[in-house]
Amino acid sequence: MEMTKGLLAILLTAILTNNYILAKFLGICPFLGVSKKLSTATGMSAAVIFVMALATAVTYPINKFLLVQFDLEYLQTIVFILVIAALVQLVEIILKKYMPALYNALGIYLPLITTNCAVLGVVILNIDSGYNFAESMFNSVGAGLGFMLAMVMFSGIRERMESNDIPKFLQGLPITLIAASLVAVSFLGFTGIVENIFG
Amino acid sequence: MAEKKSLGKEFSKGIIAENPVLRLVLGTCPTLATTTSVESAIGMGLAASIVLICSNIVISALRKVIPDKVRIPAYIVIIASFVTIVQMAVKAFLPALDEQLGVYLPLIVVNCIILGRAEAFASKNPVLASALDGLGMGVGFTAALFAMGAVREILGAGTFLGMSVPFLSENPMLIFILPPGGFFTYGLLMAAVNRMAEKKGKPRAELRGCEACPMAHNCALNSANKKEEVAE
Repeated sequence: MEMTKGLLAILLTAILTNNYILAKFLGICPFLGVSKKLSTATGMSAAVIFVMALATAVTYPINKFLLVQFDLEYLQTIVFILVIAALVQLVEIILKKYMPALYNALGIYLPLITTNCAVLGVVILNIDSGYNFAESMFNSVGAGLGFMLAMVMFSGIRERMESNDIPKFLQGLPITLIAASLVAVSFLGFTGIVENIFG
Repeated sequence: MAEKKSLGKEFSKGIIAENPVLRLVLGTCPTLATTTSVESAIGMGLAASIVLICSNIVISALRKVIPDKVRIPAYIVIIASFVTIVQMAVKAFLPALDEQLGVYLPLIVVNCIILGRAEAFASKNPVLASALDGLGMGVGFTAALFAMGAVREILGAGTFLGMSVPFLSENPMLIFILPPGGFFTYGLLMAAVNRMAEKKGKPRAELRGCEACPMAHNCALNSANKKEEVAE
């Protein structure tokens, strides 16, 4: 019971209070670049959730049984980025061959994710926070769901903004960033909610 | 003489005309995350610049050796090695900075400015020009982070490099050092820079989305976007 409580707390923290986009600023490029339409936003975030969970499942044992075992922790950055890059390639090849339907839905977003800092970020943060395997997985899935929540909300706002009359000097990127700032303010409202629920 | 002039240009273009943060809109994650104080902004800027200059030099020196097909993984390995070196140096000599930058220090690996310059410049140009390009982009990146950090620290904490600013230190606007303040300051800075660019008759900085991304050419999303644009 205690353990499920802890895992749920980690999940909710990653989705709401420590949202990877709006509080930790990881994955801003896709947040600003791919959020123009709801369909691309959902596709991209689904791919991110998938890769985050997979990357954690693969890097956790590599870190625990290879790097820590042989005192090679200083190689973490290099090993993780290569593992993620290879993993994404592999997933792409497998999906293309065996699950063409899923490939058509997620495939085009996969190469983008290799250099997405949210994926490498979640993997490194899992290890820095000293999470065990279950906690790491919950944190990764939570981070991915939080990513999706922010992307989907923001794409809705941007679709509406298209038809708004915006002062000329704010058009384009500036107003997008200011809108993102307001979304981030709303997420500040979640501060403390997890402690109150699970306290 | 002409050569000297063009080398000077490689250096200076990164500072204003092609400022990576404010004109090319690259490296947005560290720009927003590490500018809560001037000190961490400069630290981040310098760390990324060192990696950028070193990786530009090595990639340019190896540009004829690296096979075209595996160049992206090769670049990533080179960049990651320099990031590891910088990471270890910062941990050893500047532990306070290491704590401030936290996860963003290893994340320099995926900073699009560095991979972007490797792909767009260092892989096609000689060593000296690539080094200067890296230096210029690094200075531009650090300057932009400094501007963001200064605004956020002065308004949000009422201090500048730890020294308190009269009046503002009694009434700090905390929101500026919180995440929303990051987006807000960046948005206003972009608006100001766009305005200046427009007055000079230059195009506004736009998020080019995929085109600016170093992975663009081998990413299907980019071609899908282009097809859509053509259809529209």
